Amino acid sequence: MIKRFFVLALLFAMGLLFTDLLLSYTPDTELNSTALYYANHTAKDLGAANIVTAIIVSYRGLDTLGEVTVLFLSAAILVLVLPKGWRRGKRKPRILPSTGELLGTGSHLLVPLILLLGVYLFVNGHLTPGGGFQGGAIIASAALLLLLTNPLQPFSRHLFSVVESIAGLCFVVIGLLGIVYAGGFLDNRLLPIGQLGELFSAGTMPILYSLIGLKVGAEFSSMLINLSETKDS
Amino acid sequence: MVLIVMSTGFLLILMGLYGSLTNRNILRMIVSFTVTNTGVNLVLISVGYMPGRTAPILDETVAVSEVAQRIIDPVPQALVLTAIVIGVGVTALMLAYAYRLYETKGTLDISQFTELKW
Repeated sequence: MIKRFFVLALLFAMGLLFTDLLLSYTPDTELNSTALYYANHTAKDLGAANIVTAIIVSYRGLDTLGEVTVLFLSAAILVLVLPKGWRRGKRKPRILPSTGELLGTGSHLLVPLILLLGVYLFVNGHLTPGGGFQGGAIIASAALLLLLTNPLQPFSRHLFSVVESIAGLCFVVIGLLGIVYAGGFLDNRLLPIGQLGELFSAGTMPILYSLIGLKVGAEFSSMLINLSETKDS
Repeated sequence: MVLIVMSTGFLLILMGLYGSLTNRNILRMIVSFTVTNTGVNLVLISVGYMPGRTAPILDETVAVSEVAQRIIDPVPQALVLTAIVIGVGVTALMLAYAYRLYETKGTLDISQFTELKW
Protein backbone atom coordinates (compact mmCIF):
# COMPACT_ATOMS: atom_id res chain seq x y z
CA MET A 1 0.00 0.00 0.00
CA ILE A 2 2.72 2.46 1.02
CA LYS A 3 4.64 1.44 -2.07
CA ARG A 4 1.72 2.28 -4.32
CA PHE A 5 1.48 5.64 -2.58
CA PHE A 6 5.13 6.35 -3.45
CA VAL A 7 4.52 5.33 -7.05
CA LEU A 8 1.54 7.61 -7.33
CA ALA A 9 3.47 10.48 -5.71
CA LEU A 10 6.31 9.99 -8.19
CA LEU A 11 3.91 9.91 -11.11
CA PHE A 12 2.15 13.01 -9.80
CA ALA A 13 5.46 14.88 -9.60
CA MET A 14 6.36 13.79 -13.12
CA GLY A 15 2.91 14.76 -14.32
CA LEU A 16 3.42 18.25 -12.85
CA LEU A 17 6.76 18.55 -14.67
CA PHE A 18 5.20 17.38 -17.92
CA THR A 19 2.26 19.78 -17.58
CA ASP A 20 4.67 22.61 -17.00
CA LEU A 21 6.64 21.63 -20.12
CA LEU A 22 3.43 21.27 -22.11
CA LEU A 23 1.98 24.63 -21.11
CA SER A 24 5.21 26.53 -21.68
CA TYR A 25 5.81 24.93 -25.07
CA THR A 26 5.41 27.07 -28.16
CA PRO A 27 6.08 25.52 -31.58
CA ASP A 28 8.93 27.02 -33.56
CA THR A 29 8.00 29.22 -36.46
CA GLU A 30 11.41 29.06 -38.12
CA LEU A 31 13.69 26.07 -38.68
CA ASN A 32 16.64 26.02 -36.32
CA SER A 33 20.11 26.34 -37.81
CA THR A 34 20.82 22.59 -38.09
CA ALA A 35 17.51 21.89 -39.79
CA LEU A 36 17.97 24.94 -42.02
CA TYR A 37 21.33 23.63 -43.17
CA TYR A 38 19.84 20.23 -44.00
CA ALA A 39 16.85 21.83 -45.76
CA ASN A 40 18.97 24.11 -47.91
CA HIS A 41 21.80 21.75 -48.76
CA THR A 42 20.18 18.34 -49.22
CA ALA A 43 18.74 18.84 -52.71
CA LYS A 44 21.70 20.85 -53.96
CA ASP A 45 24.57 18.80 -52.54
CA LEU A 46 23.22 15.27 -52.22
CA GLY A 47 20.30 15.17 -54.68
CA ALA A 48 17.93 13.33 -52.34
CA ALA A 49 14.24 14.22 -52.25
CA ASN A 50 13.64 12.81 -48.78
CA ILE A 51 15.56 14.94 -46.30
CA VAL A 52 15.12 12.47 -43.44
CA THR A 53 16.81 9.80 -45.57
CA ALA A 54 19.61 12.21 -46.42
CA ILE A 55 20.20 12.80 -42.71
CA ILE A 56 20.08 9.12 -41.80
CA VAL A 57 22.13 7.70 -44.66
CA SER A 58 24.51 10.49 -45.52
CA TYR A 59 24.86 13.30 -42.99
CA ARG A 60 24.61 11.04 -39.95
CA GLY A 61 25.50 7.79 -41.72
CA LEU A 62 28.04 6.90 -39.06
CA ASP A 63 25.26 6.89 -36.44
CA THR A 64 23.22 4.59 -38.66
CA LEU A 65 26.18 2.22 -38.84
CA GLY A 66 26.23 2.22 -35.05
CA GLU A 67 22.48 1.65 -34.92
CA VAL A 68 22.73 -1.32 -37.28
CA THR A 69 25.51 -2.64 -35.06
CA VAL A 70 23.26 -2.34 -32.00
CA LEU A 71 20.57 -4.32 -33.85
CA PHE A 72 23.11 -6.95 -34.83
CA LEU A 73 24.27 -7.18 -31.23
CA SER A 74 20.77 -7.66 -29.89
CA ALA A 75 20.07 -10.35 -32.50
CA ALA A 76 23.33 -12.08 -31.56
CA ILE A 77 22.60 -11.88 -27.81
CA LEU A 78 19.15 -13.32 -28.51
CA VAL A 79 20.77 -16.37 -30.09
CA LEU A 80 23.13 -16.61 -27.13
CA VAL A 81 20.45 -16.31 -24.47
CA LEU A 82 17.71 -18.48 -25.92
CA PRO A 83 18.25 -22.23 -25.64
CA LYS A 84 17.79 -24.35 -28.71
CA GLY A 85 16.03 -27.61 -28.10
CA TRP A 86 14.34 -29.57 -30.81
CA ARG A 87 16.46 -28.14 -33.61
CA ARG A 88 19.31 -30.37 -32.57
CA GLY A 89 17.07 -33.39 -32.35
CA LYS A 90 16.97 -33.64 -28.56
CA ARG A 91 13.20 -33.46 -28.67
CA LYS A 92 10.94 -35.07 -31.18
CA PRO A 93 9.15 -32.64 -33.48
CA ARG A 94 5.77 -31.49 -32.33
CA ILE A 95 2.64 -32.59 -34.10
CA LEU A 96 0.68 -29.47 -34.91
CA PRO A 97 -2.96 -29.21 -35.88
CA SER A 98 -3.47 -28.14 -39.48
CA THR A 99 -3.25 -24.44 -40.15
CA GLY A 100 -6.56 -24.00 -41.83
CA GLU A 101 -7.41 -23.13 -45.38
CA LEU A 102 -7.73 -19.39 -44.89
CA LEU A 103 -4.35 -18.77 -43.27
CA GLY A 104 -2.50 -21.19 -45.55
CA THR A 105 -3.87 -19.86 -48.83
CA GLY A 106 -3.76 -16.30 -47.59
CA SER A 107 -0.12 -16.51 -46.68
CA HIS A 108 0.76 -17.99 -50.07
CA LEU A 109 -0.96 -15.05 -51.68
CA LEU A 110 0.36 -12.36 -49.33
CA VAL A 111 3.98 -13.27 -48.64
CA PRO A 112 5.30 -12.38 -52.14
CA LEU A 113 3.31 -9.14 -52.09
CA ILE A 114 4.61 -8.21 -48.64
CA LEU A 115 8.18 -8.91 -49.76
CA LEU A 116 7.61 -6.78 -52.84
CA LEU A 117 6.26 -3.90 -50.74
CA GLY A 118 9.30 -4.11 -48.46
CA VAL A 119 11.70 -4.02 -51.40
CA TYR A 120 9.77 -1.14 -52.97
CA LEU A 121 10.01 0.84 -49.72
CA PHE A 122 13.73 0.53 -49.31
CA VAL A 123 14.59 1.02 -52.98
CA ASN A 124 12.55 4.25 -53.02
CA GLY A 125 13.79 5.37 -49.61
CA HIS A 126 15.43 8.51 -50.98
CA LEU A 127 12.23 9.66 -52.75
CA THR A 128 9.20 8.65 -50.70
CA PRO A 129 8.41 8.23 -47.00
CA GLY A 130 10.02 4.91 -46.27
CA GLY A 131 13.47 3.44 -46.25
CA GLY A 132 15.66 0.63 -45.17
CA PHE A 133 14.42 0.26 -41.62
CA GLN A 134 10.73 0.31 -42.54
CA GLY A 135 11.28 -1.96 -45.54
CA GLY A 136 13.32 -4.37 -43.45
CA ALA A 137 10.59 -4.51 -40.82
CA ILE A 138 8.01 -5.26 -43.53
CA ILE A 139 10.18 -8.06 -44.91
CA ALA A 140 10.40 -9.50 -41.40
CA SER A 141 6.61 -9.37 -41.16
CA ALA A 142 6.51 -11.72 -44.17
CA ALA A 143 8.71 -14.11 -42.20
CA LEU A 144 6.34 -13.71 -39.24
CA LEU A 145 3.36 -14.62 -41.45
CA LEU A 146 5.17 -17.75 -42.63
CA LEU A 147 5.92 -18.66 -39.02
CA LEU A 148 2.28 -18.17 -38.04
CA THR A 149 1.18 -20.41 -40.90
CA ASN A 150 3.62 -23.15 -40.03
CA PRO A 151 5.62 -22.77 -36.80
CA LEU A 152 7.92 -25.60 -37.89
CA GLN A 153 8.75 -23.79 -41.14
CA PRO A 154 12.32 -24.71 -42.08
CA PHE A 155 14.10 -21.40 -42.60
CA SER A 156 17.60 -21.31 -44.00
CA ARG A 157 19.53 -19.81 -41.11
CA HIS A 158 22.63 -19.81 -43.27
CA LEU A 159 20.96 -17.62 -45.91
CA PHE A 160 19.99 -15.03 -43.31
CA SER A 161 23.47 -14.81 -41.86
CA VAL A 162 25.04 -14.61 -45.33
CA VAL A 163 22.67 -11.81 -46.43
CA GLU A 164 23.27 -9.95 -43.19
CA SER A 165 27.07 -10.23 -43.33
CA ILE A 166 27.34 -9.28 -47.00
CA ALA A 167 25.01 -6.30 -46.56
CA GLY A 168 26.99 -5.03 -43.56
CA LEU A 169 30.30 -5.54 -45.32
CA CYS A 170 29.15 -3.73 -48.49
CA PHE A 171 27.84 -0.85 -46.36
CA VAL A 172 31.24 -0.35 -44.72
CA VAL A 173 33.12 -0.82 -48.02
CA ILE A 174 30.98 1.82 -49.79
CA GLY A 175 31.53 4.10 -46.82
CA LEU A 176 35.29 3.63 -47.00
CA LEU A 177 35.30 4.17 -50.78
CA GLY A 178 33.62 7.48 -50.01
CA ILE A 179 36.70 8.56 -48.03
CA VAL A 180 38.97 7.82 -50.98
CA TYR A 181 36.90 8.95 -53.95
CA ALA A 182 34.47 11.50 -52.48
CA GLY A 183 34.19 13.89 -49.55
CA GLY A 184 34.25 11.53 -46.58
CA PHE A 185 32.96 8.37 -44.92
CA LEU A 186 29.59 7.35 -46.43
CA ASP A 187 29.61 10.33 -48.81
CA ASN A 188 26.98 9.51 -51.42
CA ARG A 189 28.63 11.49 -54.21
CA LEU A 190 30.64 8.42 -55.15
CA LEU A 191 28.18 7.98 -58.03
CA PRO A 192 26.66 10.86 -60.03
CA ILE A 193 23.88 12.64 -58.15
CA GLY A 194 21.54 12.67 -61.15
CA GLN A 195 18.17 14.34 -61.46
CA LEU A 196 16.24 15.10 -58.27
CA GLY A 197 13.26 12.77 -57.97
CA GLU A 198 14.51 10.03 -60.28
CA LEU A 199 14.94 6.48 -59.00
CA PHE A 200 18.62 6.42 -59.98
CA SER A 201 19.63 9.60 -58.24
CA ALA A 202 21.26 10.73 -55.01
CA GLY A 203 24.46 8.81 -55.70
CA THR A 204 25.00 5.77 -53.51
CA MET A 205 22.08 6.60 -51.21
CA PRO A 206 19.56 4.07 -52.65
CA ILE A 207 22.24 1.36 -52.63
CA LEU A 208 23.17 2.06 -49.04
CA TYR A 209 19.55 2.15 -47.91
CA SER A 210 18.82 -1.10 -49.75
CA LEU A 211 21.75 -2.70 -47.95
CA ILE A 212 20.40 -1.41 -44.64
CA GLY A 213 16.98 -2.81 -45.58
CA LEU A 214 18.37 -6.25 -46.36
CA LYS A 215 20.39 -6.26 -43.17
CA VAL A 216 17.54 -5.11 -40.95
CA GLY A 217 15.13 -7.55 -42.63
CA ALA A 218 17.52 -10.46 -42.12
CA GLU A 219 18.16 -9.46 -38.50
CA PHE A 220 14.49 -9.04 -37.58
CA SER A 221 13.58 -12.30 -39.33
CA SER A 222 16.30 -14.23 -37.55
CA MET A 223 15.17 -12.68 -34.24
CA LEU A 224 11.60 -13.85 -34.87
CA ILE A 225 12.74 -17.30 -35.93
CA ASN A 226 14.96 -17.64 -32.87
CA LEU A 227 12.13 -16.57 -30.59
CA SER A 228 9.81 -19.14 -32.16
CA GLU A 229 12.38 -21.93 -32.02
CA THR A 230 12.92 -21.95 -28.30
CA LYS A 231 12.76 -25.26 -26.51
CA ASP A 232 9.17 -25.37 -25.35
CA SER A 233 7.50 -23.24 -27.95
CA MET B 1 -2.75 19.86 -32.80
CA VAL B 2 0.78 19.75 -31.48
CA LEU B 3 -0.49 19.99 -27.92
CA ILE B 4 -2.82 17.02 -28.42
CA VAL B 5 -0.02 14.79 -29.69
CA MET B 6 2.37 15.98 -27.02
CA SER B 7 -0.06 15.51 -24.15
CA THR B 8 -0.92 12.04 -25.48
CA GLY B 9 2.80 11.26 -25.48
CA PHE B 10 3.24 12.49 -21.90
CA LEU B 11 0.16 10.54 -20.83
CA LEU B 12 1.53 7.37 -22.43
CA ILE B 13 4.85 7.89 -20.61
CA LEU B 14 3.05 8.21 -17.28
CA MET B 15 0.83 5.20 -18.00
CA GLY B 16 3.81 3.09 -18.98
CA LEU B 17 5.75 4.11 -15.86
CA TYR B 18 2.75 3.35 -13.66
CA GLY B 19 2.37 -0.06 -15.27
CA SER B 20 6.01 -0.98 -14.98
CA LEU B 21 6.21 0.14 -11.34
CA THR B 22 3.03 -1.51 -10.07
CA ASN B 23 2.88 -4.78 -12.03
CA ARG B 24 4.67 -7.80 -10.64
CA ASN B 25 4.53 -9.86 -13.83
CA ILE B 26 7.60 -9.44 -16.03
CA LEU B 27 5.66 -9.69 -19.29
CA ARG B 28 3.33 -6.91 -18.19
CA MET B 29 6.35 -4.80 -17.26
CA ILE B 30 7.78 -5.33 -20.75
CA VAL B 31 4.50 -4.21 -22.32
CA SER B 32 4.55 -1.13 -20.05
CA PHE B 33 8.08 -0.30 -21.18
CA THR B 34 7.02 -0.42 -24.82
CA VAL B 35 4.12 1.91 -24.00
CA THR B 36 6.60 4.34 -22.41
CA ASN B 37 8.79 4.03 -25.49
CA THR B 38 5.88 4.95 -27.74
CA GLY B 39 5.09 7.96 -25.56
CA VAL B 40 8.66 9.27 -25.77
CA ASN B 41 8.60 8.85 -29.55
CA LEU B 42 5.33 10.79 -29.80
CA VAL B 43 6.70 13.67 -27.72
CA LEU B 44 9.88 13.81 -29.84
CA ILE B 45 7.90 13.81 -33.08
CA SER B 46 5.59 16.55 -31.86
CA VAL B 47 8.54 18.78 -30.93
CA GLY B 48 9.59 18.79 -34.59
CA TYR B 49 6.16 19.76 -35.84
CA MET B 50 5.43 23.29 -37.00
CA PRO B 51 1.93 24.50 -37.80
CA GLY B 52 1.13 24.97 -41.48
CA ARG B 53 4.12 23.10 -42.82
CA THR B 54 4.50 19.78 -44.59
CA ALA B 55 6.71 16.69 -44.45
CA PRO B 56 10.41 17.12 -45.26
CA ILE B 57 10.20 15.51 -48.70
CA LEU B 58 10.79 17.45 -51.88
CA ASP B 59 8.20 16.82 -54.59
CA GLU B 60 5.76 18.77 -56.76
CA THR B 61 4.24 20.59 -53.79
CA VAL B 62 7.52 21.59 -52.14
CA ALA B 63 9.86 23.38 -54.51
CA VAL B 64 13.58 23.38 -53.84
CA SER B 65 13.71 27.16 -53.71
CA GLU B 66 11.16 27.57 -50.89
CA VAL B 67 12.02 24.46 -48.94
CA ALA B 68 13.14 26.32 -45.80
CA GLN B 69 9.70 27.92 -45.46
CA ARG B 70 7.64 24.82 -46.25
CA ILE B 71 9.00 21.82 -44.34
CA ILE B 72 8.98 20.81 -40.69
CA ASP B 73 12.12 19.97 -38.75
CA PRO B 74 13.54 16.69 -40.18
CA VAL B 75 15.98 16.03 -37.33
CA PRO B 76 13.48 14.70 -34.72
CA GLN B 77 12.02 12.39 -37.36
CA ALA B 78 15.44 10.89 -38.06
CA LEU B 79 15.98 10.54 -34.30
CA VAL B 80 12.65 8.79 -33.78
CA LEU B 81 13.30 6.43 -36.68
CA THR B 82 16.47 5.40 -34.85
CA ALA B 83 14.66 5.16 -31.52
CA ILE B 84 11.92 2.88 -32.90
CA VAL B 85 14.43 0.43 -34.33
CA ILE B 86 16.49 0.34 -31.15
CA GLY B 87 13.25 -0.09 -29.20
CA VAL B 88 12.49 -3.26 -31.15
CA GLY B 89 15.93 -4.65 -30.34
CA VAL B 90 15.56 -3.80 -26.65
CA THR B 91 12.10 -5.40 -26.50
CA ALA B 92 13.38 -8.58 -28.15
CA LEU B 93 16.19 -8.75 -25.58
CA MET B 94 13.80 -8.19 -22.68
CA LEU B 95 11.55 -10.99 -23.95
CA ALA B 96 14.51 -13.36 -24.30
CA TYR B 97 15.65 -12.63 -20.75
CA ALA B 98 12.09 -13.05 -19.47
CA TYR B 99 12.05 -16.48 -21.13
CA ARG B 100 15.29 -17.46 -19.42
CA LEU B 101 14.06 -16.18 -16.06
CA TYR B 102 10.89 -18.24 -16.47
CA GLU B 103 13.00 -21.24 -17.31
CA THR B 104 15.15 -20.98 -14.17
CA LYS B 105 12.40 -20.16 -11.63
CA GLY B 106 9.23 -21.39 -13.28
CA THR B 107 7.53 -18.09 -12.59
CA LEU B 108 7.34 -14.61 -14.08
CA ASP B 109 6.59 -12.87 -10.77
CA ILE B 110 9.40 -10.37 -10.17
CA SER B 111 9.09 -10.59 -6.38
CA GLN B 112 10.29 -14.23 -6.57
CA PHE B 113 13.66 -13.11 -7.96
CA THR B 114 15.43 -12.12 -4.77
CA GLU B 115 19.09 -12.86 -5.57
CA LEU B 116 20.06 -9.23 -6.08
CA LYS B 117 17.73 -7.81 -3.43
CA TRP B 118 19.21 -5.89 -0.54
